[in-house]
Amino acid sequence: MSIWNDPPGGFHAISAPDYLPRPQLAEIQLQRLQSVVSRAYDRVALFRSRLDGRGLTPADIASLADIARLPFTVKTDLRDTYPFGLFASPMEEIVRLHASSGTTGKPIVVAYTQADLDVWTEVMVRSFVACGIHRGDVIQNAYGYGLFTGGLGAHYGGEALGATVIPISGGNTERQLMVMQDFGVTAIACTPSYFLHLIESAKDMKIDFSKLRVGVFGAEPWSDSMRERIQDESGIRAHDIYGLSEIIGPGVGVECIERRGLHVFEDHFFPEIIDSETGEVLPEGAEGELVLTTLSKQAMPLIRYRTRDVTALVSEPCACGRTLRRIRRIGRRSDDMFIIRGVNVFPSQVETALLRVEGTLPHYQIILTRDVGLDQMEVKVEVTPEVFSDEIRALEALQHRLEASIENILGLRVKVTLVGPRSLARSEGKAKRVTDLRNV
Amino acid sequence: MKLQQLSLFLENRPGQLREPCEALAAAGIDLLTMSLADTAQFGILRFIVRDPERAKKVLEEAGMVVRMTEVVPVQVDNKPGGLATVLAAIEEAGLGVEYMYDFGAASRGGKAAIVFRFEDPDAALAALKAAGVRVLAMEELLTN
Repeated sequence: MSIWNDPPGGFHAISAPDYLPRPQLAEIQLQRLQSVVSRAYDRVALFRSRLDGRGLTPADIASLADIARLPFTVKTDLRDTYPFGLFASPMEEIVRLHASSGTTGKPIVVAYTQADLDVWTEVMVRSFVACGIHRGDVIQNAYGYGLFTGGLGAHYGGEALGATVIPISGGNTERQLMVMQDFGVTAIACTPSYFLHLIESAKDMKIDFSKLRVGVFGAEPWSDSMRERIQDESGIRAHDIYGLSEIIGPGVGVECIERRGLHVFEDHFFPEIIDSETGEVLPEGAEGELVLTTLSKQAMPLIRYRTRDVTALVSEPCACGRTLRRIRRIGRRSDDMFIIRGVNVFPSQVETALLRVEGTLPHYQIILTRDVGLDQMEVKVEVTPEVFSDEIRALEALQHRLEASIENILGLRVKVTLVGPRSLARSEGKAKRVTDLRNV
Repeated sequence: MKLQQLSLFLENRPGQLREPCEALAAAGIDLLTMSLADTAQFGILRFIVRDPERAKKVLEEAGMVVRMTEVVPVQVDNKPGGLATVLAAIEEAGLGVEYMYDFGAASRGGKAAIVFRFEDPDAALAALKAAGVRVLAMEELLTN
């Protein structure tokens, strides 16, 4: 078995756990699982009461299979305990907070101790190494810097790897392309839709990005055909990276050079696949909802967190030599949530925004499109007798108020279109609120 | 005298205008006059009928959003400067016009009828009266 296959520069010592024999990995996992369950039980009221409710104590976790006895954690748990209710460390030990969008306009807050940040940096280094990025590479980090975990996660990972990081953050396409050309960028980290936009603009601006070799793309679902398009049009190798703020941020899993599924950093994140209806753990290879347990998190351990992402676990050995199991690329979710430009959006957030303006909830529909590589979100809102005015400017003002209200909650610019009453399709039972035309 | 005008929200796509017209036709309701305001995304159809309450009910039963608005039909001399005289009276009173359109069916004998939507219809009525401008009643609009 060769582990020296990440060319050039090869093996990075920090990646050693990627190649652990499975039994040894399982030992580490069990030890960490027991420790994290104890920590959550001792320090997080919600988790303790749920375990008590089932008559369980941390001592009941005697094997990895026992994890299936533990209760799930869901996104609403984070909302209900907003902002700090799930923290397992005192503020004196918490060195960083991030936040992502939540379901009611309140964000979901996640915390890191210094040790958590070290783990995050470690998995990001291992991710970059798996993508074939190394010391000497110049990484253009076009993920947004700020409360969103993408920017800072990739930033510190890139620096710890020893690569040169350009913290350009998102937006300003012309400057991105100037930097890409003039700084001799060899690797880029951003959303795949933004990268498509960049290369399309690069053609118009006659930008030379021939040094660019690798892209690390995540924060939104993207298809194999999109990968082909990116690779054909840019000549780079495109890797999928997976993560979520609740668990740590980017770096939960990544595609190696083989790009046949994403290796999960199982020594820190324990994956299970469940039936999202029954909650039963599904056998290896079956498709279902991904559930993750943070094995080493201190500040905010999450036990059996339901990601709502639908995938399958692949345990066949990978040609790259990593022993870490892989998840198939994520194409859909088990709820209505969607991801646009790296932002998690729930239809209920849009409802909150509409409700704030109109007082009652109008019928609406969300339409997602991909326009020259950039994801666009349009909200069609039916005009109701309550808001209808016979003056054009009043209706236009309503449109702008709705747009502003949505932008205020999501942090995203969207287009609101007023449509006639009863013009949007009504469905039996659960309304189909989102039409995704992005072909991912 | 103020009139009740009906307004309808229309999307900017084929068929949107036909539907309300057909609904009114089926109920035997005649459009006396109308005007269409449009933007890139949507339009507003404004119209006047004899019995606005009934027309509103018919359209609402057909699933449309209808609004009633007070408008003022004004008699204007059908000659150069006729409309300007009326507008001058409005302007002197410091009042604004939201929109206006012609009531062609009520034009006769050198006089035209114009439907006005004022920011403040009551103040406009008073100003018009003071300026000696004739405001028409429904019956006058209909006797042809």
